[in-house]
Amino acid sequence: MASSATTVPGGRSRFERSPVSRLPDRVLRWGLTALAAAILVLLGYFFIRLIGESATTFNTFGLSFVFGNDWDVSRSIYHGFPLLFGTIVTSVIALIIGVPVAISAALFVTELCPPRLRGPLTILVDLLAAVPSVVYGLWGVFVLEPKLLPAEKWFASTFSFIPFLGGGTPTLPNYFVAGLILAIMILPIVSAIAREVMATVPAEHKEAALALGATRWEMIRMAVLPYSRPGITGGAMLGLGRALGETIAVVLVIGNAPVIGSHLFNQGYSLAAVIANEFSEAAATPVHRSALFAAGLVLFVLTLIVNVIARWFIARGQHGQRGTGGTGVTVVALPAGEN
Amino acid sequence: MSLTEFAPVSPARRRTDRIMRGLLMAGTAVALIPLILVLYYLIYRGASSLNGAFFTTDPTGNFFGNQGGVRSAILGSLEIVGLASLIAIPIGIGVALYLTEYGKQARFANVVRYFVDVMTGVPSIVFGLFVYIVLVTSHVGGDFTGWKGSVALSLLMLPVVVRASEVVLLLVPSGLREAALALGAPRWRVVSRVVLPTALPGLLTGSLLAVARGMGETAPLLFTVSVAFGATADLGAQMNTLPVQIYNDISSPNSALNNRAWGAALTLVLLILIVNLVARAVARRSRMA
Repeated sequence: MASSATTVPGGRSRFERSPVSRLPDRVLRWGLTALAAAILVLLGYFFIRLIGESATTFNTFGLSFVFGNDWDVSRSIYHGFPLLFGTIVTSVIALIIGVPVAISAALFVTELCPPRLRGPLTILVDLLAAVPSVVYGLWGVFVLEPKLLPAEKWFASTFSFIPFLGGGTPTLPNYFVAGLILAIMILPIVSAIAREVMATVPAEHKEAALALGATRWEMIRMAVLPYSRPGITGGAMLGLGRALGETIAVVLVIGNAPVIGSHLFNQGYSLAAVIANEFSEAAATPVHRSALFAAGLVLFVLTLIVNVIARWFIARGQHGQRGTGGTGVTVVALPAGEN
Repeated sequence: MSLTEFAPVSPARRRTDRIMRGLLMAGTAVALIPLILVLYYLIYRGASSLNGAFFTTDPTGNFFGNQGGVRSAILGSLEIVGLASLIAIPIGIGVALYLTEYGKQARFANVVRYFVDVMTGVPSIVFGLFVYIVLVTSHVGGDFTGWKGSVALSLLMLPVVVRASEVVLLLVPSGLREAALALGAPRWRVVSRVVLPTALPGLLTGSLLAVARGMGETAPLLFTVSVAFGATADLGAQMNTLPVQIYNDISSPNSALNNRAWGAALTLVLLILIVNLVARAVARRSRMA
């Protein structure tokens, strides 16, 4: 068949593939690489366009777009601090309520509950993430707001001596309701990441604690929590990122009043809510539209920073292993020391 | 030989242990309360609207009189999410293939991984704005159209597909790849005949989870699809979708429309649950080694 035992015409070894049959390999390799590169290019392009579209606003208002307190569409003044304030207040409420609950659910599932319940409980907590935000908004408007109002009134009058928390007259939509709904929405992701990092605590650490006579809780406090603290912090930060950017549930229950609410149970606004709510009216006025793009840019940068910090914590928490981004995959930790 | 005497756990420590265990259990219960309440109200308020006419008529957009059902919303959601999946799933699996088969731990691959992670954290409304700026304001093929909504949703689904697929592809034993390569198969055949078929069920699970995520999104659709009540099956026109219709119906002061929102929400949650269940069933059937 061939002219010699080991070469074919063209001088290549007969064990080497012909250039033609190697072509699909090249195509696949560079095609896939290009695809991956396209994602980066796309993100960069979006970012630049967003900056470009909001440039008018930043040129006009400068930093007072972020720190000025006066959002008045009728006078074309866009000082967005009330929005930023609302975004931060609701997200902080979400963290204060959501994170302890998420961590206790994760601890219960990984350390305390009977193995039979582990699967079902995990699925149930994860199901919270399957409910769309518009459904949480619907539930918030028609169920949570009216049912919570009496409790909020009682709380506000009983603790009227605490500034910001008490003293005011609660309105139906308010910061607290928005924060509570956000707490529910961030619960599954915080819990999932906490579970993942807790699963990486070496059994030796836990057994050592128990062998030394620790009770279950002491074992959790001395072996599980210290080891998984960076990962849990990262998970909470990821939850914060979600809360900052959540739109539809918040726009429905925050009241959409472009002022700084004087107390916890007062109406407000948030960066994401203002974009969704004023978008259709703003489409005709370039200045207003640009202000909404600027709000989007602030939101984007804010979530970006929070996410970068979160990823850093999670990477540290996984002791040298790459983050899995909450895909529900158990990461096997390297035998590393405490932190 | 007598056993060494151990000091018993002091009552105080035992009490702390019991209290803390109780608190953790209570926390878990608290985590489940919202799920139960949301599902309860969805069924309680929504189930009564579900009837034949609800699924077979289109919303009319009328405030009074016959308001119609949600047919066009369901169709629109399925179409838009379907097209979004057609965009996001092949690209997502492609990027994941690059990461596992070619990039591995190279610097560029890690940069891609990092930005895919970053993409997961970008709020959905920001993706909506991106697509609005790039595709809507530039009037590419009309103003607000269904396919632009698909583009926005595919951006949201892409990172989910990439991360889930990468994890699954890494589970394909390298022995399989090496065996195929040793038999003389070129890389592309190893990928198409060995790696992808082995990972298929897992890839399907990841993709379905992304579909479930895309289905419930409202914010990106507001900026890209807008809303139209009639029956349009045309992705090149304004369309109606379940989340956007629910959003509009909530804001209406008419209680009949509010009820339609509950019915539509129940429908949407059921659709998402079905996709989730299928994903889990596929995952269970494929416990790869």
